[in-house]
Amino acid sequence: MQFSSTSSYIVADELALAVNAAVTLEKPLLLKGEPGTGKTKLAEELAASLGVPLLRWQIKSTTKAQQGLYEYDAVSRLRDSQLGSDKVHDISNYIKPGKLWQAFTAAQRPVLLIDEIDKADIEFPNDLLHELDQMEFHVYETGEQITAQQRPIVVITSNNEKELPDAFLRRCFFHYINFPDAATLSDIVRVHYPDIQRELLQTALEVFFDVRKLPNLKKKPSTSELIDWLKLLLVEDIGPQQLRDSKGLMPMFGALLKNEQDVQLVEKLAFMARRRES
Amino acid sequence: MLIEFFFCLRKHGLKTSITELLDLLAALEQQVVFADIEAFYFLARLTLVKDESQFDRFDRAFAEYFEGVEQVDLASAIPEDWLRRSLQRQLSDEDKAKLQALGGLDELLKAFQERLKEQQERHAGGNKWIGTGGTSPFGAYGFHPEGIRIGQEGSNARRAVKVWDKREFRDLDTEGELNNRTMQLALRKLRKFARTGSAEELDLDETIRATSQKAGLLDLKWRPERHNAVKVLLLFDVGGSMDDFIYECQQLFAAARSEFKHLEFYYFHNCVYEEVWQSNERRFSEKTPTRELINKYGRDYKLIFVGDATMGPYEIAYPGGSVEHWNEEPGQVWMRRLLNHFDNAVWLNPQPLEHWKWHHSIDMMHELMGGRMYPMTLDGISGAITTLLRKSAATAPVS
Repeated sequence: MQFSSTSSYIVADELALAVNAAVTLEKPLLLKGEPGTGKTKLAEELAASLGVPLLRWQIKSTTKAQQGLYEYDAVSRLRDSQLGSDKVHDISNYIKPGKLWQAFTAAQRPVLLIDEIDKADIEFPNDLLHELDQMEFHVYETGEQITAQQRPIVVITSNNEKELPDAFLRRCFFHYINFPDAATLSDIVRVHYPDIQRELLQTALEVFFDVRKLPNLKKKPSTSELIDWLKLLLVEDIGPQQLRDSKGLMPMFGALLKNEQDVQLVEKLAFMARRRES
Repeated sequence: MLIEFFFCLRKHGLKTSITELLDLLAALEQQVVFADIEAFYFLARLTLVKDESQFDRFDRAFAEYFEGVEQVDLASAIPEDWLRRSLQRQLSDEDKAKLQALGGLDELLKAFQERLKEQQERHAGGNKWIGTGGTSPFGAYGFHPEGIRIGQEGSNARRAVKVWDKREFRDLDTEGELNNRTMQLALRKLRKFARTGSAEELDLDETIRATSQKAGLLDLKWRPERHNAVKVLLLFDVGGSMDDFIYECQQLFAAARSEFKHLEFYYFHNCVYEEVWQSNERRFSEKTPTRELINKYGRDYKLIFVGDATMGPYEIAYPGGSVEHWNEEPGQVWMRRLLNHFDNAVWLNPQPLEHWKWHHSIDMMHELMGGRMYPMTLDGISGAITTLLRKSAATAPVS
């Protein structure tokens, strides 16, 4: 199995190597990088290219590690007991398998995406150490032992909001997705918009990288923003000339700049540049 | 296998463990990569380094190990014959021909060594990474013969720089050696929990009471989950005498950042005056009036100063005492304003406790803080945190 660029997703060589190494050695792959550089998309594309199901576990600030294993719904069991339901006698009726359980018992070796692990509590990764390492866990309520049939391909993404504990990191492979250079970026754009004019793409990329280079932006636009912006340019039928001639803000700036202060900053700089020219 | 490489990484301060080395070896055994140094570089980085801020160290270690470059410092004249011999070994006939066009090997070596000397004179503590200018014949990595770009045009210019020599991750290595767990543990004391937010946890006692009141009909009661509600405002002293302590301060800062939900930090120099700033690079263009701190952050924020308080006494006591600018009001006025606004404040001082008595300014600051100055040791931090959590901390004496 070799993972490589597909018709809808461009993957850098080093990332492909990272994915292949993680798949071969059955280690979780931890991906970090700026928002919008395709961390989550990678898991989707990987699952698609292997033709296996993708299980996505979206982590929130309130997510507990236990929820990934299973949840015991004691409340509905108590309620049922008052209503005299027969289900009450079998505790397994009230145990809901979580994403890890589903991944462990899937018929086919699935891709398990643990998305934005840094959003959770600081102890969250530590609670998953054993489960990710041994790929098994114990269900206390029923005394069952859940062991993975085959080790799922685990992809973990992080936006670096919290530092992850060392013990957890040691069990993962780590790859930092660097922001793509202009050549890779134009490949990516061409995958999404095959018939975009060469000239328009060139000009748009220039504008885009200029914006990224500005100091003090609250949120630098990234690949996904660029793609949205190009889509708008295409829909509105804005030509490269128009893009170049635009005074002040670029057309459809809302897709690139997500922050009011950023908009003001770019406007101010454009104004100053214009004054210097005249 | 690769044991030397492993120790080379450890020498450069990477905390690589044996299990990770075994992972790398397993990957090699599975032939994930084969006979490709660049792919090996990525594979080794993937398995051995777990933080992008460590990538730069890894790049340097990798270069040292695989280029056989000794980490010599400063005016180390490179033995000329060493250079010459390896140059001759490395260069193809074609390259040598091009070299002749540039004035021959001797010329180039001479220029190279001159350049090297020049560079060291300019940057004190300069290291082996010679310039990145595109026009120099020594390219991005002129130290090693392989890095000398011969002839700027042509596609071979790109080949001259190895991936690890680009050192793309240099900017990420600002944090240095961080993640001190003991520091984090000390700070954890500061994580005072307060119940805020929505009902989420089952309140068992309340549920039993409510259920028995309804004659056994289940009535569930919930209570809010615990959230970290401590808000912290950190003011850091930078520059000047603080340079010696930057390392400890960074440690504290890195530990602090992951511990708190609300953590704001600003910089000042020596003493707080009418302005503070958030980014050191743009400290002269982007300042925040200290008045704004008082207006913006509620009195429930815990105020922590970090600084060595080592300065001239006039920097605290007199208008115009600042070493950098003309301050209309003396530093102590601003200190008092801050201390009057924030209920809880401490000063952490990285100067060793036994040195305090030698600096008059530390005495003055200690007094301004109402005795709430602590050394930046684990004990000191614990003490400071206990003070911060006290309900009614002593207000600064007004004198």
